[in-house]
Amino acid sequence: MIAVVGLLIGVLAGIFLEPSVPDALQPYLPIAVVAALDAVFGGLRAYLDGIFDDKVFVVSFVSNVLIAGLIVYLGDQLGVGGQLSTGVIVVLGIRIFSNVAAIRRHVFHA
Amino acid sequence: MPDRDLATSPSPEPRRERRTLRSLVAGRPGRAQLIVAVLLAALGFAAVVQVRLTRTDDNFAGARRDDLVTLLDSLSGAADRAQQQIGDLEQTRRDLLSSSQRRSAAVAEERSRLSVLQILTGTVGAVGPGVTVTISDPDGAVTAPILLNGIDELRDAGAEAIELNNTVRVVASTSIVDRDGVLVVDGTALHAPYVIDVIGSPHTLAEAVVFPGGLSDEVKSVGGSTAVKQSQTVTVASLHTVAAPEYSQPTTR
Repeated sequence: MIAVVGLLIGVLAGIFLEPSVPDALQPYLPIAVVAALDAVFGGLRAYLDGIFDDKVFVVSFVSNVLIAGLIVYLGDQLGVGGQLSTGVIVVLGIRIFSNVAAIRRHVFHA
Repeated sequence: MPDRDLATSPSPEPRRERRTLRSLVAGRPGRAQLIVAVLLAALGFAAVVQVRLTRTDDNFAGARRDDLVTLLDSLSGAADRAQQQIGDLEQTRRDLLSSSQRRSAAVAEERSRLSVLQILTGTVGAVGPGVTVTISDPDGAVTAPILLNGIDELRDAGAEAIELNNTVRVVASTSIVDRDGVLVVDGTALHAPYVIDVIGSPHTLAEAVVFPGGLSDEVKSVGGSTAVKQSQTVTVASLHTVAAPEYSQPTTR
């Protein structure tokens, strides 16, 4: 329950605070969001599997975001930032799909 | 199954009981829930910020490259057309300017022609260097032919405007006749002394009066006398009224 409330608080804060993102961080924000989404769906699936562990969730969340940002940063330095962020998005998207598929099996038994 | 490693417990004895979404929502608050809530808040915050950023981004940021190329082409085409229009309009402006210059030059020329003709026809007053010829005629012996000859001599000497006794303007059509011993010029009777105001080169005009056998001699031969005064400002103020020609029409130039 608290998790859902936290999500709502974050969304509302984003809507009402209208923060401006520093230019240096702008390319990494979408990647970070997708990476965090991947971690969240992974955690939800682990919870439904009965193997959820908050420590693991925190580590996976933070490391997902950091590694995704690092890959994109590396790509930017190498001049292939666009392609690498596309690759990261694709990989994370596939993981999200498979996690959601597992969650779906838990919820709908199908 | 991929992603087994993700967010799974490393503990050797995982709690294997099945959970449901309902239990997730109704779950009792604990440390784990709190941490998850904080992370989810961060995620929601970042997602909303990113959505907002994307929406406020430049309109062309999401456009495909082909679209951008097409857009650029059409823009440069429009710029070319605008440039061509600028050239055309500048050409038109130059044409108009030169035509207006020609016009004003023509107007100035016509003005000068007009003033020449006005002085010739005596419809405006005139002022300029010239001579004043005063003919005293105590015997009343100066006749129209003598005066006419004198005026002809003045014309030959380049007189531009001639006036008799400050009352009659002498023009091309001026008539001078004797009527009962009185000089009648254009219907106006004149009496001695006769004063001829002439605008022209003062020296030449004076010569035209006093040369041997000229007006001066002729007046002297009938008992009168002539005085010629050269001046830098001779004023011819009397006007001649021009009647519109009844029969003649100008031929096209």
